Amino acid sequence: MATIVWNWSFDGWMIVHAILCALSCSLVGNFLVLRGTSLLGDAISHSILPGLALAFWFTGSRSGPEMFLAALAAAVVTVFLIEGLRNATRMDQGAAMGVVFTALFALGIVLIVQVADHVDLDPNCVLYGSLELTPLDRWDIGGWLIPKAAVTLGVTLLLNGLFVGLFYKELLLTTFDSAFADSVGFSSRLVHYLLMILVAFTAVASFESVGSVLVIAMLVVPTSAALLITDRLGAVIGWSAGLAALAAGLGHVSAVVVPTWWGYGSTLTSGMMAVAAGGLLLLCGLFGPRRGLLVRWWQQRLFAAQVAADDVLAYLFRLGEQSPRDPATLAQIGHALPLSSRSLHRAVKRLCRTGELDGDESGYRLSAAGRRRAQDLVRSHRLWELYLVEQAQIAPSRIHDKAEAWEHVTDQTLRARLDQATSDSKLDPHGSAIPPEASERETDPPR
Amino acid sequence: MSLDCGWAIQGLAELGPVAEISGALWRLLTLADYNTRVVILGTALLGCAAGVVGSFTLLRKRALVGDAISHAMLPGLGLAYLLALAMGIEERSWSWLLLGATASSLVGTAAILGMRRWLRISEDAAFGIVLSTFFGAGVALLGVIQSLPSGHAAGLEGLLYGQAASLTWSDMGLIAGAAAAALVVSLLLFKELTLLCFDQQYLSTQGYSLSGLDGILMALVVMIAITGMQAVGLILVIALLIVPAAAARFWTQQIQRQVIIAAGLGAAGCFGGSVISALVPDLPAGAVIILVCTGLFLLSATFGYRQGVLWRLWRRQDWQQALARQHLLRGIYERLEVRTPGEIARAGAEASVTVEELLSLRSWNRRTVERVIERSQRAGLVTRIDGRVWLSKTGWLAARRLVHQHRLWELYLITHADVALQQVDRLADDIEHVLEPAVIEELEEILQQRGALIAECPHRSPESV
Repeated sequence: MATIVWNWSFDGWMIVHAILCALSCSLVGNFLVLRGTSLLGDAISHSILPGLALAFWFTGSRSGPEMFLAALAAAVVTVFLIEGLRNATRMDQGAAMGVVFTALFALGIVLIVQVADHVDLDPNCVLYGSLELTPLDRWDIGGWLIPKAAVTLGVTLLLNGLFVGLFYKELLLTTFDSAFADSVGFSSRLVHYLLMILVAFTAVASFESVGSVLVIAMLVVPTSAALLITDRLGAVIGWSAGLAALAAGLGHVSAVVVPTWWGYGSTLTSGMMAVAAGGLLLLCGLFGPRRGLLVRWWQQRLFAAQVAADDVLAYLFRLGEQSPRDPATLAQIGHALPLSSRSLHRAVKRLCRTGELDGDESGYRLSAAGRRRAQDLVRSHRLWELYLVEQAQIAPSRIHDKAEAWEHVTDQTLRARLDQATSDSKLDPHGSAIPPEASERETDPPR
Repeated sequence: MSLDCGWAIQGLAELGPVAEISGALWRLLTLADYNTRVVILGTALLGCAAGVVGSFTLLRKRALVGDAISHAMLPGLGLAYLLALAMGIEERSWSWLLLGATASSLVGTAAILGMRRWLRISEDAAFGIVLSTFFGAGVALLGVIQSLPSGHAAGLEGLLYGQAASLTWSDMGLIAGAAAAALVVSLLLFKELTLLCFDQQYLSTQGYSLSGLDGILMALVVMIAITGMQAVGLILVIALLIVPAAAARFWTQQIQRQVIIAAGLGAAGCFGGSVISALVPDLPAGAVIILVCTGLFLLSATFGYRQGVLWRLWRRQDWQQALARQHLLRGIYERLEVRTPGEIARAGAEASVTVEELLSLRSWNRRTVERVIERSQRAGLVTRIDGRVWLSKTGWLAARRLVHQHRLWELYLITHADVALQQVDRLADDIEHVLEPAVIEELEEILQQRGALIAECPHRSPESV
């Protein structure tokens, strides 16, 4: 196993650069994802190739401001071509993007072959910097040796922060309701173009120092992860920034550490940062409070348990209507209800614990509290049936399933409204009596 | 960079005399050389299949799925390489690498579908996530490979740009097999895939699994991407899946024709690109193929019969001219009506209006009016003599019909839709041009029943309604 040597003046700067890039990308990336143009970063990373080839043709050098400007110009042209194509032909956004960036990429390859002829010019090495090299290229600023990348990425982040801060309201409006934004005098088109050009600038500035993988990932993944956690735009921006920075740090550490587990040397940092971002997204997907799979699974279990308990109570209530005071055995309940024996046992145990069910193996009956809950459930069920027949004109043979599903989510307020909406009939469409409200409340309107 | 095409015809390294070129072209087009035959037929077949599969992904609004899937191959390639190295297999073995690429792009496909289904992540974001994380993993793996003393990833990087030059008969067999399989599957599932694109609700009520069909469609994309990677490269195969299908959209709105046209355009683009890059030295085949496809796309976007830009502009202009002509006729009629109520039919010096009168009727400028009058005169609707405009017999009939419809709508809107009286004229102006005879009959009947007068203009006598 190879030993890991950390060099904090070196690794530290790499992490700082990655975090700067991740923050500025995630900041504008929020709006890209919300507008459904997540793949713009990828498109730009390919479509700047002809710009680079032309710059190389004229300057003969592989780096320098000309390359940067040419790439930026190509990126802006890409944005305008995509939008122009969409406006002229009403194509699907994704298709327009695909047509434009692949065509430009192909053009770039042809140009590079012509321009560079037999010079060894790898399109992937022309502008795409590598995070590993950023700490080496330093500028002397007032006696401090600051890496060039820190300056450019810092400026980019500042620009993006200013843009989002100043135009927050405009971005919010045009992203979620462009028609309304237009009607109150914000030009959603202008905001869109500004945003796209800023994305182009951010992407090109970052390509030069940290390479394309990190940019493409940070434009999309942190925001998507944040959207699994929260719904509010401000919170999404905050979460995505945090997740992006975390992914950058984690990615660097794992790029150094993970390959050593199999005896390999450390690998490229930016790739692992993208993977780390994906890992964080997976975690959010599992544990996120809003759409997290585990949380949803747990909520479903809780709800299923509640439904099972409800069904047991309602069954005992109906049984009591026919033959009062007869306790029911577990087998009897199990026979009547479509529950697995495990969930039946669990429901009965739970109800005994909450004091809503009295009795033991020989027979169960409702306690006073259980009776109140059951009565309200049955009331909900029969009110729904009455409502469906009277108000929705649904045949009595088809109402049971709906009422059965809705009785579990009907509270007192809704029952009161159902009661008002239906006729004064004391019987449901099947002829059973609708029980009165059990858990009385002073504010209840009298019938 | 070795993107040039080694398979350019011998003796054509530098541009020779015309006769030589045309001879070479003849040999190319007749597929005389074995190598050329392989490359041209292989890529054409690939383009054909990509057009068919791409049509469905385009209509499913998932045009960029190929982008995500092709990037998702990278970690598979890297892993396969590392595994081969660890197990002592010949690591450059093409089929082994392809296997790795297929496996990881299938994992990427599953990830996209899973994120859609369970996390409700939007389509483009799911593509972006899979693309970037898989691509990142691939880059990291390539980084590991490059740091190894024994290996370097030179062989893998070649895949980015394709190696049409080195296509062999067995590669061609693979492409043909994949293309044929893709074609057969899309034809067998034509109805289901069509419904997947247009009416998912109906599809699921018929008992089909949406995820299953989506999975099949994406597996077809994987198949095209894997085989296409060899011919045109990892990135440009995305174009094959998008460009021909998007181009075909401009020619038709019918799915069968769309698929056939897309297949044709894909095959033509690949064929043309291969031929050009074989004729001209130093042109990478993959890039040329895509540029030819893009050229076909631009042609289609401009001249396409259904949705092409020119066609749409022409139709719009046609419509606007018709609109202006109707405004003119109605303007003249109403002007005459004011002057001689009840006696409009009588022709003569009275039954004409001046251009100035027309100008005052609505907010149009003199040039527009002059042009409309000229066009209407050519259509035989009006006659113009010395600054005065007469309605012809047909013009008079048409004007009467228009005014009649216009007032029908006005009354309808007032009596039925509670529209404020001030707004009626504008609304009626817009709507009368799209009225159908059936609607008119219905309106007349309704208004007749209510005793609403037809000939009166409500602006003058609102109390009559």
